Formats: sequence, C-alpha cells, structure tokens
Amino acid sequence: MKKRDYILTVFSENRVGLLNQICTVLICKNVNIETLTTSESALAGVHKFTIYVQSTPEEIDLIAKQIEKKVDIMKVFVYTPDEVVMQEIALFKVSRGKSIERIIREHSVRILEVGDDYMVLERTGHTEDTQALLKLLQPYGVQQFVRSGLVAVIKAENEGVSSYLEERLRQKLAEESAEAGK
Amino acid sequence: MTKEDNMMTGAQALMECMLAEGIDTIFGYPGGSILPVYNAMYDYRDRIHHVLVRHEQAAVHAAQGYARASGKVGVVVVTSGPGATNTVSGLADAMMDSTPLVLISGQVGSGSLGTDAFQEVNFVGITQAVTKWNIQIKRPEDLPAAFAKAFYVARSGRPGPVVIDFSKDAQTNSAPFHYEKNREHSILSYCPYPNIDMAKIDEAAALINLAKRPIAMIGQGVTLAGAEKELYNFLEKSGMPVASTLLGLSAIPSDHPQYVGMLGMHGNYGPNVKNKDYDLVVAIGMRFDDRVISNANTFACNAQVIHLDIDNAEISKLIYADVPVLGDAKETLPKITRRLQPRNHSEWIKEFRACDRIEMEAVIYPSIKPRTPYLRMAEVASAISEAYNHKAILVTDVGQHQMAAVRYFKYTSPRSVITSGGMGTMGFGVPAAIGAKISMPERDVILFVGDGGMQMNMQEMCTAMQENAHIRIVLLSNNYLGMVRQWQELFYDRRYSATPISNPDYEHIAAAYNFGFRRVERHDDLQAAIEEMKSYNGPFLLQACCEQEENIFPMVPAGASVTDVRLE
Repeated sequence: MKKRDYILTVFSENRVGLLNQICTVLICKNVNIETLTTSESALAGVHKFTIYVQSTPEEIDLIAKQIEKKVDIMKVFVYTPDEVVMQEIALFKVSRGKSIERIIREHSVRILEVGDDYMVLERTGHTEDTQALLKLLQPYGVQQFVRSGLVAVIKAENEGVSSYLEERLRQKLAEESAEAGK
Repeated sequence: MTKEDNMMTGAQALMECMLAEGIDTIFGYPGGSILPVYNAMYDYRDRIHHVLVRHEQAAVHAAQGYARASGKVGVVVVTSGPGATNTVSGLADAMMDSTPLVLISGQVGSGSLGTDAFQEVNFVGITQAVTKWNIQIKRPEDLPAAFAKAFYVARSGRPGPVVIDFSKDAQTNSAPFHYEKNREHSILSYCPYPNIDMAKIDEAAALINLAKRPIAMIGQGVTLAGAEKELYNFLEKSGMPVASTLLGLSAIPSDHPQYVGMLGMHGNYGPNVKNKDYDLVVAIGMRFDDRVISNANTFACNAQVIHLDIDNAEISKLIYADVPVLGDAKETLPKITRRLQPRNHSEWIKEFRACDRIEMEAVIYPSIKPRTPYLRMAEVASAISEAYNHKAILVTDVGQHQMAAVRYFKYTSPRSVITSGGMGTMGFGVPAAIGAKISMPERDVILFVGDGGMQMNMQEMCTAMQENAHIRIVLLSNNYLGMVRQWQELFYDRRYSATPISNPDYEHIAAAYNFGFRRVERHDDLQAAIEEMKSYNGPFLLQACCEQEENIFPMVPAGASVTDVRLE
C-alpha cells in the first residue's frame, strides 16, 4: 500500500527516555522519523512531540495505539497534512554578495546577521519552500544549511489532550476525596 | 499507617516497600551493585524469603511461574551489568505473555553512570522494549513512590514486567520513608481500565443473539481478569462452543460440554478446520497470535468479530474487530451476558464432535495407545494427567513435548498451565516449575521438558534441591531437538542440521541434585514409573525415552489457512 504523510502529536509526561519509548515502537514497524520536534505543550507539565512520518492508514493507527499504550504517554493523535497548519524553519549561512539580494527580496527571507564576509538568512515555510530556496542559493555558495523539524498546530477546535487531562484530573480528585472520606 | 520522618537507607526502604505490598517471596542473585539491598534483606529474612537461583534468567522464569500459578506479582532482584542483562529473555517472555513482575536491578553509583564503570550497563535503555515500564532510581527519597507505581503498573490493566534500576548510592543513602499505595487514577498518563462503551456492549449482544454458527475464543485474558465464572455464565446463556488459545487453557475445564478444544498450529482439528464456517467470533482476552490465526487474510473470513480486550493496541491489530469491546473481561462479559437471549447451539456443537472423532482416530488414539514398540509423548502426557486426576499444574518448556503435554493434559481448575507462549523461550520450564511449586506448595507441579530445554536451565535443579521444592520433571527424551527436527523433516527434506543432541546420564544428574529418578522406555513400565514419581517424597526426574522421530499432529503449516490443518 502507498505510504502517505502523517503528523503524530504525542503528549506525555516529561521524563527521561520518552523519546526512546516512542522510537521503540517506530523501530519495530521500521518507520523512519522524517522530522521531529519536542517542546512543552500549552498545558503545564505536559510535553509534546510532533513527529512527521510516512506510513499507511492501517499501520499509522497501530503505531499510534502502541505509542499511547506506553505508561508515560497520555495521548497520541494522528493528522494528515491538511488537518494542520505546519511550518519548518531553515537557516542558511551564505557568502556576502550583491547578487543574492534579489533572491532575499523575492522569497521573504529574513536576514539574521551580517558578518564581514557572510550572511545568515532565515526562511520559514514548508519543506518545498526552504528546499527551493536552498537550490537558488547554492550557486552563490551555501556554507551551512539547517532545517528544523516540523511544528504544527491543528485546525480543529481543541487538541483533545486537554479534555483527556480534565477527565483524568476529575477522576483523580474523586478518588482522593473518596479515599479521604473513608 | 504512614511513617513520616522515618529515616532509613534506600535498601531498607526497598524491603519496607515489599512488605507494604505483601511480598513474601523474591527470586534473585546477589552481586556488587545490589549488595546493600542484600545486606538489608538479612534483617528481613524471616518475613521475606529469598530464593537463590543459579542464573538470573532463571530468576525471572521462576518469578513468572510463581506469578502465573498464584496470580500474585513475581519479584526479582539481581545485580547490575551481566546480572541485569541475563534477565532480558525472561522480561521479554513476561512482556509477551502479560505476566506481572517487578524486577529490581542493582546499578553502579549515580556518580559513575555513563562512565563504563565495572558492571555498568544501560539497563533502562536495554529493557525499554521488553518492559511495560521502567525507571532508574538515583535518590532514596524517590524509591517508595516509584515502587508503588511499578507494582501497580505491573499488575493492573494488561499486566507486564516492570524494571526498577536502583543505583548503589541510592541504596546506601538515607531518606525519610513514607509509603502510599498507588491509586487507579494517580498516574495521569495511564488508564489501565478503560471506560466501558455500552453501545459496544449492545452491539455485541445483538450480534451474538443473531449468530447461527458462533464460537468463543478465549485467551489468558480470562484468567488474568479472574473472569472464569463470568465466562461460565456467558457460555451457559449463549450456548456457543468455546475454543482456547494455548495460554487460555484451563480457564474452563476440558470436559465442559461446550469446549471444543485448543486453537492454533498444533491445536485440535475441529476449531481449526471449521474456521470458515464461523459466522461470529467472540474473542475474549486473546490477541489473535500468528500461531493461532496462521494467515490473517483467511482466518474467520466469513465471520464477524467481537473482540473483548483490555488493551486497545490489540484491537484490529491482526484481525479486524467489527465490534471492539474495550475493558476488563470481568466487567464486560456479564454486561453482554445480561443482554443475551438463552440459546442452544447443540446441533452446531455436534459438528465439532464429529471432528473430534476424526482427530481421535487419526491422531489421538494412535498416540496414546501406540502399537509401535516405543513410547510416545502423548501417551506419557495422557497417563500422567490421568494419574493426577487432572488436577496438577502443568508447566512446560518449549517444543514438541510442550505441544504433546498441553494437548493431552486435561484441566479441571484455573491456572493449571504455565508455558512460554508468545516468546517460546527454551529453558523456561525448570525454573518456572520451581516458582510455581513455591507459590502453590499444596498443588502437584509437573514439568514437561525436552532434551534441549532441559539442558538450557538444568542448573536450577540445584535451586529445587536447596528450596526443597518437590517438582516433578518429566523429560521426554528423543535425542533430537524435536520440533526443529519435525520442521526439517516436513519442510527441509529431512536434512537434520544440528538437531541430533546427546544427553548426559540423567540418572547421575538426578543423583547429584538429590532428585529421585526413573528411566522408562517401554509401554508396560510407564504406569509403575508414574506411580513411583507420584509417591516419591522429594523432587523427581522421570526420563521417558520416546520414539525418536515422532511428529506432532494436527499441524497447520506456517502461513497456511487454519482450515488446511494436517492430520498426518
């Protein structure tokens, strides 16, 4: 079956070794991580992984369930690219020169730093955008290039994890007050 | 009672944690990085019994036998480095077969972590793939909460093994001790008992009420949930036939009128050959293992599937579930049963009895009453089960003897089969039998083992000797690694590559380990040998020398449709 692009968002506790736990599932399924970003989420104490992979519809569901099964993982959501707004950031260190000014203007490139003989440029966008820019700049000498993992927010109203957490907290409090009442 | 400001070392805290969880038996092997724990253990030796194994792999298998025979959590203590890595096969086995274990491994001092210190290994990293959860403890104050969580995670939901990697300085440093058991909802990221979706219960009941040729397929989930009674009621009302996976065996008695046998590669003829006739499969706490389904594309291809499981990741993993019923079978089964109309499927069950007669004639009868001069594995298993009134706990290793034993034993009470299912770990048997006997001293524990598996953990006979654990080892000897040889015969032109195996003189081995011993080679001597084993006051080794090139049938060739089950 043909592989498609998927964005997994994984919400977890913030503790050592979690990425390894996620990778364990991906390794078993022989799925490569195309890009990966981890950061805090909007919720205190909840960590968020955004993982871009290629997989099939059947396989991605199993992967999500097997990651979610891990004790430290709260929730896993699977999105297709049209369900999210996503961006990557790319940095280019290029030699200074008049000839690239036009490229900078036409491709909404930010100049982060100008040195004696180099410039550092920044471009955010989709992979195709930053890749295209790289290609344009290459004839003028790209000394360094780096592209971040994909970051994404979903278009739907809420992330799902907040309702999960609310429910779990409600259960926890109920349990504790029941215990205290004994 | 809480004990605030009760200062103690991490090692002593570990002992207190164990007491708080009701642990009275642990399996282990001491070493450098776990020495403080063993030192603390000395003061608790009247309350916590330590079983000294002869190899750390065996410590885990013994704890598995202990856990599976009793339903309690098995506890293992080992040292760092090789002590820890030796347990990996056992952890993987426990993970695959959902066995609740807590393993405490010593670790080098936290200051030496990551420096390639003596006997240092990244055990948390190594075991991530073979544990349900693991954690490294570097400060004594972190131990009680971690232990409570570990213990809870190991036994709740779908059980599994958990590792606590305990650095040496955390064992020796002191902290106030305060222990609180883990509550169901205190781990935000872990919901072991999913909410039951009543719509699915209704859908499941509706499908069952309409089904003409339904079958229930039960797995170990029934036993793990303690849902034997709930299963009974379900079967009684639904009237449907029931088949079991290897690990589901003994959840209901073999003579239950609706029981139609074991599923899988060497299962019974009926439940396999009728597979295309099913219009409904009710899977209860089983995971459609490839040894059961053989070929996912053809399995139950005319049936709808209701899948009761506590583990969401098992739903539609290999076989699509038309109606997934998430939850503990003890909760979900009665809810379904309540919605059923009483049915009688006796005509449908008769079709299985016709299959039983075919299997009886082609396989069973020639196996248990052979006309050949040599003993057959089935004959030995059947006679021993009978001699113990089908009440013993059967433990097996892995291979032909395993299939012969589980097929020809009969079961009358739950938790009577302890076998390595998912992993198929040779060497499982001897230590697992010791663990089972230690947890259930009042029950007879009979281990079936082959020439290969016997020698993989034979050193544990010494553990049985030291523990005075009166296990019965039935060694089905044919001087081959029999199951591999069978495949070589059937699928590799009888090219017996590396499968002939010579045996030590077991009479001497038995004597050395203070086991009673009997070797039997002829049909006529079998009964007397069994009687001798039965009445012997001490551990016993019965070597039954069987026909050398016996094959286990029925057999579903790997990857074939289960309806292509072969009788010869």
